[in-house]
Amino acid sequence: MPIDKIFKDDASEEKGERARMASFIGAMAVADLVKSTLGPKGMDKILQSTGRGHSVTVTNDGATILKSLHIDNPAAKVLVDISKVQDDEVGDGTTSVVVLAGELLREAEKLVTSKIHPMTIIAGYRMAAECARDALLKRVIDNKENAEKFRSDLMKIAMTTLCSKILSQDKEHFAEMAVDAVLRLKGSTNLEAIQIIKKPGGSLRDSFLDEGFILDKKIGIGQPKRIENAKILVANTAMDTDKVKIYGARVRVDSMTKVAEIEGAEKEKMKDKVNKILAHGINCFVNRQLIYNFPEELFADAGVLAIEHADFEGIERLGLVTGGEIASTFDNPESVKLGHCKLIEEIMIGEDKLIHFSGVEMGQACSIVLRGASHHVLDEAERSLHDALCVLSQTVNDSRVLLGGGWPEMVMAKEVDELARKTAGKKSHAIEAFSRALVAIPTTIADNAGLDSAELVAQLRAEHHTEGCNAGIDVISGAVGDMEERGIYEAFKVKQAVLLSATEAAEMILRVDEIITCAPRRREDRM
Amino acid sequence: MALAFDEFGRPFIILREQDQKTRLRGIDAQKANIAAGKAVARILRSSLGPKGMDKMLQGPDGDVTITNDGATILEQMDVDNQIAKLMVELSRSQDYEIGDGTTGVVVMAGALLEQAERQLDRGIHPIRVAEGYEMASRVAVEHLERISQKFEFDVNNFEPLVQTCMTTLSSKIVNRCKRSLAEIAVKAVLAVADLERRDVNLDLIKIEGKVGGNLEDTELIYGILVDKDMSHPQMPKQIEDAHIAILTCPFEPPKPKTKHKVDIDTVEKFETLRKQEQQYFDEMVQKCKDVGATLVICQWGFDDEANHLLMHRNLPAVRWVGGVELELIAIATGGRIVPRFQELTPGKLGKAGMVREKSFGTTKERMLYIEHCANSKAVTIFIRGGNKMMIEETKRSIHDALCVARNLIRNKSIVYGGGAAEIACSLAVDAAADKYPGVEQYAIRAFAEALDSVPMALAENSGLQPIETLSAVKSQQLKENIPFYGIDCNDVGTNDMREQNVFETLIGKQQQILLATQVVKMILKIDDVISNSEY
Repeated sequence: MPIDKIFKDDASEEKGERARMASFIGAMAVADLVKSTLGPKGMDKILQSTGRGHSVTVTNDGATILKSLHIDNPAAKVLVDISKVQDDEVGDGTTSVVVLAGELLREAEKLVTSKIHPMTIIAGYRMAAECARDALLKRVIDNKENAEKFRSDLMKIAMTTLCSKILSQDKEHFAEMAVDAVLRLKGSTNLEAIQIIKKPGGSLRDSFLDEGFILDKKIGIGQPKRIENAKILVANTAMDTDKVKIYGARVRVDSMTKVAEIEGAEKEKMKDKVNKILAHGINCFVNRQLIYNFPEELFADAGVLAIEHADFEGIERLGLVTGGEIASTFDNPESVKLGHCKLIEEIMIGEDKLIHFSGVEMGQACSIVLRGASHHVLDEAERSLHDALCVLSQTVNDSRVLLGGGWPEMVMAKEVDELARKTAGKKSHAIEAFSRALVAIPTTIADNAGLDSAELVAQLRAEHHTEGCNAGIDVISGAVGDMEERGIYEAFKVKQAVLLSATEAAEMILRVDEIITCAPRRREDRM
Repeated sequence: MALAFDEFGRPFIILREQDQKTRLRGIDAQKANIAAGKAVARILRSSLGPKGMDKMLQGPDGDVTITNDGATILEQMDVDNQIAKLMVELSRSQDYEIGDGTTGVVVMAGALLEQAERQLDRGIHPIRVAEGYEMASRVAVEHLERISQKFEFDVNNFEPLVQTCMTTLSSKIVNRCKRSLAEIAVKAVLAVADLERRDVNLDLIKIEGKVGGNLEDTELIYGILVDKDMSHPQMPKQIEDAHIAILTCPFEPPKPKTKHKVDIDTVEKFETLRKQEQQYFDEMVQKCKDVGATLVICQWGFDDEANHLLMHRNLPAVRWVGGVELELIAIATGGRIVPRFQELTPGKLGKAGMVREKSFGTTKERMLYIEHCANSKAVTIFIRGGNKMMIEETKRSIHDALCVARNLIRNKSIVYGGGAAEIACSLAVDAAADKYPGVEQYAIRAFAEALDSVPMALAENSGLQPIETLSAVKSQQLKENIPFYGIDCNDVGTNDMREQNVFETLIGKQQQILLATQVVKMILKIDDVISNSEY
């Protein structure tokens, strides 16, 4: 009796070995795709979007690359997902996590072909991951108490993160900027408070961190261009025609004179509002919404600087920086908190005029102005800087650091290898495989830099056999070296997240023995 | 086929457009149905047990789900065959009723169908097979009742509950930290349980997930978690001893339902309207303030002006809170949902010891914790995990664990897992078979065989020799007359499920057997399948 088909048309089912093969191949393909971007000498990718304009992105940020891929293979989607989460959670290591997961699966494939059950592999991987984490925990360095040392740690981490990006030429400059910006946040992880303004022109080296606050807006015509000791009212209110908000209200008149009267009343109302605002005793007014010509003129008459249409984040940041509250009603001028700053002036960056608030009261927010040759460079610089900022802000909270340059992987691999030797049963193969997958990361870094990876990794392994060794791969000089001396550091939190989520993802894909694909939903517009 | 002749020998057609329909009759129909049912069961078979594998499902929009929860797999499988749909229904009803054992019930039904096919080949009428199954299931359920054990727990000693939940969780991907998750599930259920009435309203347990962190960070919050932040960025992020006004009316000018027009034709009217509008906002905020609220939670949006007035009067507020969450907040804080400002009274305010905003990760994601509520009977389980699929799967696993804990509070009886209960039932049914005269005897024996298939699948998935292991356990049970021996899936070294602490709920197991038998009976009774061919 032939079995009727159970699924709907177009739905497909893959089982057992085939399913496993399909997911392994998909996941490894994705890992291989981003593999060449790993490390300080990693290459970039060009992404061309299929949307209108075919906009082009040049990047070597793993998460950005994977986000823009159209992937059909479900296992590959799992990898894309972990890279995205890594980006959201710690901001860096988005490539490493995918490469590690890919290597784990590659090793698992070999084990599966030699007839080891996936569940046994998972059990081995779990033990290995646990052991690897403990190995890292034993070797972490924590300089939280010593502020000066902590700052130098942060600098080193920022430089290590930046050296794999487009900013590597000026990494010291940018690392300094990033560390300063993050330390101003005083432990908060809200990176919104750091504003990044991109202005094409100049070179990357001309980028700077501004202690004050820069608003990408123009000052209204006829208003003062420079205000000292500014009192700022930050507002979110309609300054166009102030509508009557009561539902169903409409104006119905029967003669021209009445129209004029109503118009007059409307103007009066606006004037009232402006007067109320002026009663706060301010000399600068920043509004989130549009300011029409009429009120703007009134402000100009009163010698008040009015800035319209600052976006929501701009308003929020301005509130943070100047310490003013965001106001929407103006009836009680005495109780509204105004923002203060020493100086407001219009500055020129490249060809654009920007408004610069300096000498602000609370220094929680700051602005970074990026300069560069083209939009692509700026976009990539922003992504790189964002990675560095993320890592730093996480490190401020969890101040444990590790050495970089493949050092943590080697430390973990060594411990895991030892565990494999002690473990009885089939699991030990899986544990051994885990350590091989870990070693693949320094191998890839060396390969990408065009070095003899086999030679270097073997050297490194030998070095690591001695207790308390700090050896890692120095890609710049192309040799094994002491990482502590070269100042290559990484954040513990990033490494831990890479290790755990890569293991988790590999485990998830390994457990699958059947893939059921539903028929793609029919799009209406194809009809 | 469906052609008849009238008394003059002229053919007439019974089914409309019959040549466009495919039709299966008699034994062919039964065979086809059985084959379809078996095919579905076969898919799930490898997911059974602690060493079961997962399935990866790609939905119609390309979204990926990885799970080994039977109900979820079947629900998302995009099934077309009628009988296969019946199996999907079967698993769903087990999910609704019990919440756990959704894979087991389908595997069981598949095994019953397989055995039924064999009986049909022998020439036994399907109805007789169905009746035999019915009798056998009664025997099995009674036997389960006999071998079940009461076990004692109370609010302070919930260790047995945790053990049972761990059995459920051990077959999921979360088994890495099953201990802590089981504890969370049990504590959550105990927090909302009504021990007097022996009932648990699982709606009071909210499961929230957020990507990031690891599974170990999953926590139980005695309160409510709302995925919202304060309406104004400068409102305080932490409120102690909050009095909460729960509103379902917007902080906006009134919008009467009836159609109306306010005509403005003179300047005076324009002025008065403006004044009234201002007054209206003022009044709204004042009313909230007057009753002593220190936090406003609103289902709707705020006007900019109202928002600032709230901020100005030092009254933090949260907007756009969903209806379900609003209800939970009302239950937890002991407040009343107020539809109009006029009806606000101090008695209607909810109380919470602590309300705080917490931010996550590098992106600007904030959540609002409402804790130490007046009425602690609403809790939230907050799941963290490496990726979206992990969170979804953890949610499903926690749901299963919650259901198990609830079932135990309803009915304290347990049976032993790891296939022990099935083996015991199989022995009992086999022994009972001889007492029945007639053809049903064979069906009853077939039922006993089918019961064996569950432990067999367990052994197979765990990489053990299925036939060898099963027969060893079976003889052990028979020899010592103890129904605790099962399959040693985790390679612990003992077959005694009491020692391994592998429990399942009695009602769950009973329900599995009853539901599977019912569906199989239904499938066996079908002798004609008429389906429209492609249209």
